[in-house]
Amino acid sequence: MPLQKEEYLRLEQKARDLRKLIINTVVWAGSGHVGGSLSAIDMLTLLYHKYMNIDVANPEWEDRDRFILSKGHIGVGFAPVLADKGFFPMEWLETFNHTHSQLGMHLDKNKVPGLDASSGSLGHGLPLAFGLAMSARLKKQNFRTFCLIGDGESNEGSNWEAAMAIAHYKLTSVIPIIDRNNCMMDGRTEEVMGLEPLDKKWEAFGFRVINVKDGNDLNQLSDALETAMDSEDKPSVIIMQTKKGCGVAHITDDYRYHYAGFDGEKQEQCMREIDEYHDQRIGAEV
Amino acid sequence: MGGLNYTILDTAKLSTAELYGKTLCDLAEEHPEVVGLTADLAKSTKIGVLGEKYPERLINVGIAEQNLLGAAAGMALNGMVPFVSTFAVFMTMRALDQVHTDICYQNLNVKMIATHGGLSFGQAGTTHHCTEDISIMRSMANCKVIIPADGMETANAVQAAYETPGPVYIRINRGFDQKVYDNTEYGYELGKAVQMHEGTDLTIIACGSAVWSAREAAKVLESVDGVKARVLNMHTIKPIDREAILKAVHDTRRIITVEDHNVIGGLGSAVAEVMAESGKACAFKRLGVPDTFSIIGLHEDLMSHYGYDVNGILASARELMGADFEEDDDWDDEI
Repeated sequence: MPLQKEEYLRLEQKARDLRKLIINTVVWAGSGHVGGSLSAIDMLTLLYHKYMNIDVANPEWEDRDRFILSKGHIGVGFAPVLADKGFFPMEWLETFNHTHSQLGMHLDKNKVPGLDASSGSLGHGLPLAFGLAMSARLKKQNFRTFCLIGDGESNEGSNWEAAMAIAHYKLTSVIPIIDRNNCMMDGRTEEVMGLEPLDKKWEAFGFRVINVKDGNDLNQLSDALETAMDSEDKPSVIIMQTKKGCGVAHITDDYRYHYAGFDGEKQEQCMREIDEYHDQRIGAEV
Repeated sequence: MGGLNYTILDTAKLSTAELYGKTLCDLAEEHPEVVGLTADLAKSTKIGVLGEKYPERLINVGIAEQNLLGAAAGMALNGMVPFVSTFAVFMTMRALDQVHTDICYQNLNVKMIATHGGLSFGQAGTTHHCTEDISIMRSMANCKVIIPADGMETANAVQAAYETPGPVYIRINRGFDQKVYDNTEYGYELGKAVQMHEGTDLTIIACGSAVWSAREAAKVLESVDGVKARVLNMHTIKPIDREAILKAVHDTRRIITVEDHNVIGGLGSAVAEVMAESGKACAFKRLGVPDTFSIIGLHEDLMSHYGYDVNGILASARELMGADFEEDDDWDDEI
């Protein structure tokens, strides 16, 4: 079911605010993984502002839905989501990457309230999600575990070990989400290490594949999440076709902006481009 | 240790790993949060007995060690106490990134019980030997490292691991070990060496299967050479018992370490670090695998080949007893 107009506008505004907060955090940090943060932020917005069952006042609530940031290098994109949600003071973002900060490039569960697992080494998230889901089954808990995986990260064999196990144990409570922005450190994914046909790979591993044509479109992402959450016979994976650096025109779909910094002038440009991007989005949807 | 009191009759029939399996089942009966995970080695590691008793509480992930250790971390994140078993070589090398990042870095309550340690799977060759794990695991922050001497000590170590929050690595052997302890009631305490033989002439510090050899060697040294050797069972490599090492340095001034592991980075290195930092020099010899990949053979033959069986320990002890020391009148004042 598509989002209601009012809700859509609320979420689109939240995504716009978070994009700006990410750019500011990159500036405070000196530099950061901005490209992959901006490709994933629309999904993060939906998860944290609509779909996940969480309690900010009780971040360790044992029946909460879990989110595993397997593409752990976008800490600079995810910490703003948690801060904005109220898990820790917004001022922490201004210390990002600084000596003795609670927040570094790859977030540490033992330092960051609201973070369900430390990550950073790629290919670790889905095994953690598998373990969480197995433990939930044993403890008769109903929470879901969402796991955001980079497309480049999908090269790691450990993802496929976990995918095999999730399908084997029919753990429909795990929802892997692939951020298919087609870029990795050294170039385009299909040039560095081809992944296609990625959907056929997941299908062959026993998953229902939900392809999202525009992974930066909140309505399409919302439909995909609802389909995945309804899946009862076998687990679902969401492959969302996103754009790296989405929302900031001068870095969009450019793998060289996997990691970058901005001076004051560029920061202003980013803000302008973000507004233009979201104005266009809203104009097209409403 | 409470709750464990196996009869001598039981142990004669149980290998070291079987005693681990039995202890784990006892823990699982008492504590519903205890679960087991393995990667197609349920039978070999003996964790399989947990699955016979509680089928849903033993999770087999197939031959996929990265997923094995990652999944254990995931379960611990939700308050369970996973015991993970596979061969030591796969636990500590194949899946080391997961051990490091998912378990140790997050300081999760995962118990890693690795079997087929050292050269105990001798005939299988280097792909299934593990003579690097002590070195690797003792450099993992938050992680405790235990190398039990036999089945009874394994039972104690597994119980202690459950009672100690955070990651614990226990390395045991394949098959039967020479019996060191008749029961579990000998005062096992994590982090505290157990003195197996009194002596003031030299100290033999051993772990794992070398403890039995060290004790046998000490008996021969006493009866044949008239040399009184102290034997310490250093079952816990981390945290190491500094007090016992420094006392040995002071009292005996000759130390031999013995381990079924590369001489680099394991027990010998841990003891040497304590000794060197104390500023008290003493005659010192490390016995173990001499920084090589092992030849093929029976475990006993391999320990003999590399000079850390009873005869090897005797030869090194005699050599050390023949070493000259400069007199140091201040020795007693310095400690």
